[in-house]
Amino acid sequence: MTETSAAAAHQARTRRSYNWRVVDIVVAALIAVAGGVIFWAWSQGANLVSAPVNAFYPPLTGLYAGGWMIPAVLGMLIIRKPGAALFCEAVAATGELIMGSQYGTTVLISGVLQGLGAELVFAAFAYRKFNLPVSLLAGAGAGLFCGLNDSFLPWGWNIAYAGGDKLAYIIFTALSGAVIAGGLSWLATRGLARTGVLSSFASRKAATEPVFS
Amino acid sequence: MRQELTLRGNQAVLARANPLAKFTAVTLITMVLALSIDWVSASVALAFELALLPLAGLTLGLLWQRGWPLILAAALGGWSTTILAPDSGQILLDARIWSISEGSLELGLGFMLRGLAIALPAVLLMSCTDPTDLADALAQKARLPHRFVLGTLAALRLVGLMAEEWQTIGMARHARGVGSHGNPLQRLRATLGQSFGLLVQAVRRASRLAVTMEARGFGNARRTWARASVFTGLDAWVVLGGLLIAGTAVASALAAGTWNMVFLSQQ
Amino acid sequence: MPAHSTSAGAGVRPASITARGWGWRHAGRSRPAISGLDLDIRAGERVLLLGPSGAGKSTLLHALAGVLGDGSAGDIGTVSGAGPAAGGTAEDADETGSLLIDGVPPRAGRGRAGLMQQDPETQVVLSRLGDDVAFGAENLSVPPAEIWPRVAEALDDVGLGRLPLDHPTSALSGGQKQRLALAGILAMRPGLILLDEPTANLDPAGVLDVRDAVGRTLDKTGATLVVVEHRVSVWKDLVDRIVVLQPGSATDSAVLIDGPPDQVLAQARDMLTAAGVWVPGYVPATRARAGQPAGPGGAGTAGQLLLAAEDLAVSRERPRRAGLRGGFRPVPPEPVQSGIAAQVRAGEALTITGPNGSGKSTFALTLAGLLAPVSGTVSATYDLSAGAGIDPYRWKAQQLISRIGTVFQEPEHQFVTGRVLDELMFGPKHLGRGGDRVDELLERLRLTELVDANPYTLSGGEKRRLSVATVLAAHPQVLVLDEPTFGQDANTWAELASFLSELLDSGTAVVSVTHDAEFSDVLGGTRLSLRAPEQQTPHGVEMRRREPGRVAP
Repeated sequence: MTETSAAAAHQARTRRSYNWRVVDIVVAALIAVAGGVIFWAWSQGANLVSAPVNAFYPPLTGLYAGGWMIPAVLGMLIIRKPGAALFCEAVAATGELIMGSQYGTTVLISGVLQGLGAELVFAAFAYRKFNLPVSLLAGAGAGLFCGLNDSFLPWGWNIAYAGGDKLAYIIFTALSGAVIAGGLSWLATRGLARTGVLSSFASRKAATEPVFS
Repeated sequence: MRQELTLRGNQAVLARANPLAKFTAVTLITMVLALSIDWVSASVALAFELALLPLAGLTLGLLWQRGWPLILAAALGGWSTTILAPDSGQILLDARIWSISEGSLELGLGFMLRGLAIALPAVLLMSCTDPTDLADALAQKARLPHRFVLGTLAALRLVGLMAEEWQTIGMARHARGVGSHGNPLQRLRATLGQSFGLLVQAVRRASRLAVTMEARGFGNARRTWARASVFTGLDAWVVLGGLLIAGTAVASALAAGTWNMVFLSQQ
Repeated sequence: MPAHSTSAGAGVRPASITARGWGWRHAGRSRPAISGLDLDIRAGERVLLLGPSGAGKSTLLHALAGVLGDGSAGDIGTVSGAGPAAGGTAEDADETGSLLIDGVPPRAGRGRAGLMQQDPETQVVLSRLGDDVAFGAENLSVPPAEIWPRVAEALDDVGLGRLPLDHPTSALSGGQKQRLALAGILAMRPGLILLDEPTANLDPAGVLDVRDAVGRTLDKTGATLVVVEHRVSVWKDLVDRIVVLQPGSATDSAVLIDGPPDQVLAQARDMLTAAGVWVPGYVPATRARAGQPAGPGGAGTAGQLLLAAEDLAVSRERPRRAGLRGGFRPVPPEPVQSGIAAQVRAGEALTITGPNGSGKSTFALTLAGLLAPVSGTVSATYDLSAGAGIDPYRWKAQQLISRIGTVFQEPEHQFVTGRVLDELMFGPKHLGRGGDRVDELLERLRLTELVDANPYTLSGGEKRRLSVATVLAAHPQVLVLDEPTFGQDANTWAELASFLSELLDSGTAVVSVTHDAEFSDVLGGTRLSLRAPEQQTPHGVEMRRREPGRVAP
């Protein structure tokens, strides 16, 4: 090794950084984009279910809200760098805005808040734990923030609901976030690690990491 | 299915304005409308927005094509507000969890109109704003970190490709005997498998795209911009227009006595 | 920053490469991808890099392009207790020796080298033609006033100068995308151009366009070239040196042979063909078709009609709903090709050819019952349908796979499990059959060693063999393949061609979409040429019957 490259390598190792590489940014963004495509395709079918559900007892729609929060948890589980949940969910919301969203530009605020909900959970574990319980919690965090945003902020769609209905909705979104965004993302990350496509990420060994510790 | 992310051919006035100015105007309108649920401010804003369609290069026909799901969503939102909002005034219907009163009906109607008045300017914004120009403005004018802005822009370019690949993977798995038919559980499993297939391709493609970008020198702290994002006199008019719409909406609602601040109406 | 100038010749200083005992191990791997590389490439030389897969060719190109990671995946959250202080754990990437461009490590001299990879979709970064070319120059902080002249010049050099600068890049063909990528590289004025299988995903016309564009720009700029490509004949006349690498070991040198093209090809011909390299003038030996299509031990009666397409129009789009005013009637999509007639017969091959955009794959997928026809019909005879109905598109997935098997161009699109053996058993299990044919297929397609591997981790050739095997495990009478030989090395090619010729003789019908004339020669049968959309006659189709090719045993 030449002196310069040895020094550079040493520096890189000691920084071992929270810095995002180009590949982190692009993969995170494309995960968010792919998540958008998947949820778009899924909602084509889900609309048949959701319209009657919505007409019957609207808070039940919170039960499939978790689909929107997959990018936040999945992005973090793969990239494992601070900000990944926030960034991925913000990109997903931007994508939704471009495709045309019923929430207008407020979809960006929802996206940022949902990402923040997941981000805070990972931060609470100092970005060192990416196991199943933490994933479920992060999903629930995203879902909780989604429910709060929709129920209590001026642009929220449930702002005018009665208190009990708001509570029901928030519980549903948190549950949905935990199972759909948390659980499915955790499973997907393990599956992706097995295929070898994560070889350049810290998550490359996700498939063999312990489930609970 | 492949959606074009450039707006070649849209010669409308608003297509020439700086995306940040347009975004500011839309945000102004959105935030003001969000403050109140009433049919007057929402209707006034909606009327203005519809009048602006030609400036964004849209026609009513085009809007209907792109926007009917939004109308459906707004209607559903109005419905849920109507049945779930706390009742006031005369009760019109009471069936266990559903209850409709004069007050909640008015709230629901206002909510529906407000939903449309918030969704429409975003549709206007995106139909006359090229994502490339938006990224230029975000990185050069709003000073967001260019690595993240351009990385996202490059990934968004692949939306169309991902949508096509989704369809191809569906057929390819069908050819292996994984049906898109069957009971809901089977269909869910098939969709999850298809999603996983798409994610693998997304990570592979993104990794290769990152190599391409890095090999072209991307990732340095500094770069130049071949095309400068600029503000012009038009942009001042765009922001003023946003102010005017927001202001007129509030003033009309106050004058009509329907202004109804969301935080105050909750109890 | 090199001197700013508007003429390419003056702006480019060809780069030289020096490697001394250089090696690289990827993060998380136990063995190095390449090791012990000693190599000198003079400024302005044009080198073709050959070698078996696993010799580290791509790793070397990535290192030269300065994109090999700094070893840090940022594993701040890994469970490894060793910690960063331990240094060279298997978790980190590891570099040995030195690799320099003009005496400087590649990462330090960003912009000195430009890299083009295989997949055209990921060689384009931005949505507008001009922006994409400008991207590299912008990243190197070239003054804006100088960028647009560079863009115009680069686009002219690669033959895309007639397109407007805001032309959408998604509307370009694969070959055009690769030429656009070359323009993006040229606008950086690099002294070294690196091509990693740049034409493996292109049709023959695209291959020549890209090769010629590279040749022209090298003549103009004098830049150094290093190209990795299995198809030697494409690049042989353009390069002045061939370097053959071998998979690394601690003691041997990474370079096996090094010299002028003709000399290396003469010396190493046997070794190269054994490694699956497409040496010029070499067509791998394949099993010849039996003289008579009607093999005595064949399954069905050979020559029997199984599937027929009549006046068929095809598209990938689904019908749209007309909306409220149209009364929600379905509106048929615009077909990419129409007026197609074809017949598929037991034990006979049908080859579909045609230029990009002529709807070859779309037609094949429609024939295979995976897409609904826009108009016209695809009908199965009773010999094939066995009571499932006349229209393959209406068959259930399970009815379909036991009758018509389709092998997609990208094998990964068809993987449905996480293990090679499960992948093979998937079809038979869903049909409620035993895996009687699975062992035979494993053996025949050399997958026995790999039964426990994750399908996604296989090499390109292994994935291709697996995807053919999984579809055949369900015993279809008709096999449809979309570009089965694309990007395959000569060994996989020969195995595939021989295997399909065997299938044909045993009575299976084989329909393949291919640009590969040698491949369709081996299979023989009928050729269906679809025309490009703009030059369509009322019946944009031409059919020709040919004899099965005779190829050296």
